[in-house]
Amino acid sequence: MLTDLSGWVIATVAVLGLLSVASGVAVFVVDSMARATFALLGSFLAVAGVLLAFDLVYLAVVTALMMTIEMAIMAVFMVMFMMNPAGLMPMTMVHNPKGSAVVGAGAFVVLTVGIWTIDWPARRGQLPTDSTRQLGEAVMGSHMLVMLIVGIGLFATILAGTVLATARGRYDRFGADLAARRPDDPVPGGLPR
Amino acid sequence: MTAELVLQIVLTVAAGLIGVGLFGALSQQSIVMVMMGLELVLNGVLLAGGAAWFSLAPELPDAQMLAVVALVVMAVEMAMGFAVTIAIYRARQVDMVDMATDLNG
Repeated sequence: MLTDLSGWVIATVAVLGLLSVASGVAVFVVDSMARATFALLGSFLAVAGVLLAFDLVYLAVVTALMMTIEMAIMAVFMVMFMMNPAGLMPMTMVHNPKGSAVVGAGAFVVLTVGIWTIDWPARRGQLPTDSTRQLGEAVMGSHMLVMLIVGIGLFATILAGTVLATARGRYDRFGADLAARRPDDPVPGGLPR
Repeated sequence: MTAELVLQIVLTVAAGLIGVGLFGALSQQSIVMVMMGLELVLNGVLLAGGAAWFSLAPELPDAQMLAVVALVVMAVEMAMGFAVTIAIYRARQVDMVDMATDLNG
């Protein structure tokens, strides 16, 4: 951990940081969409490693696990929707690359200038013995409102995702007022109401 | 090396991730690649939250909560992004943002 700011941990954090940015750049450079997905996964895993060095064990593990699954799903979507999933021929699908590069580099420069010119406050307090316990107590105590809102948001996401991804719902089958006696199915024999 | 210097270095890395992600989200034509750019931006926010917690106020859980919110936003963005991608492809065979410019603002 970085508690004692030892040299090798700082070096590890620096290497992981460089790796995360390099993987992020690789996402938009490689031809293969599958490779791009796994480059993004590499970026997330590097960030999870940095969080681990910061003693944020729970957040690091959640990031690593969640992103591994998420990128596995994303790889499937890439193969489904992209023309060149295996990267067998070079191709680019971009619009306004110069303007986008200017905006991206501008955001980086503005943020970096701010980071290196701000007079950062001194660190207050010591690291807790268990950062996961600190987060758990906050979730169940002082910051419960955040978790309530997050919970409602995730529930709304489940509903909205299902509604959007459903090919034919009951309104398609029984009409806008759900009054049809027989369902309007492309192949007869579907489930009745 | 002081904690402040570590904070500045890690925040610079986070700024790099945000910059790269912004470039990707603005330049890519594929809807899924745009989502990847947005994920990189959120990755930078996650890293910045962790660094702020460690270097500024480890006694308070606020920065950890920010990181949790960033993770949740990532999950919501992916789920809704994939659902919208499927819905618009099913309705209009659109898989690139340039093919749906009539949805512009």
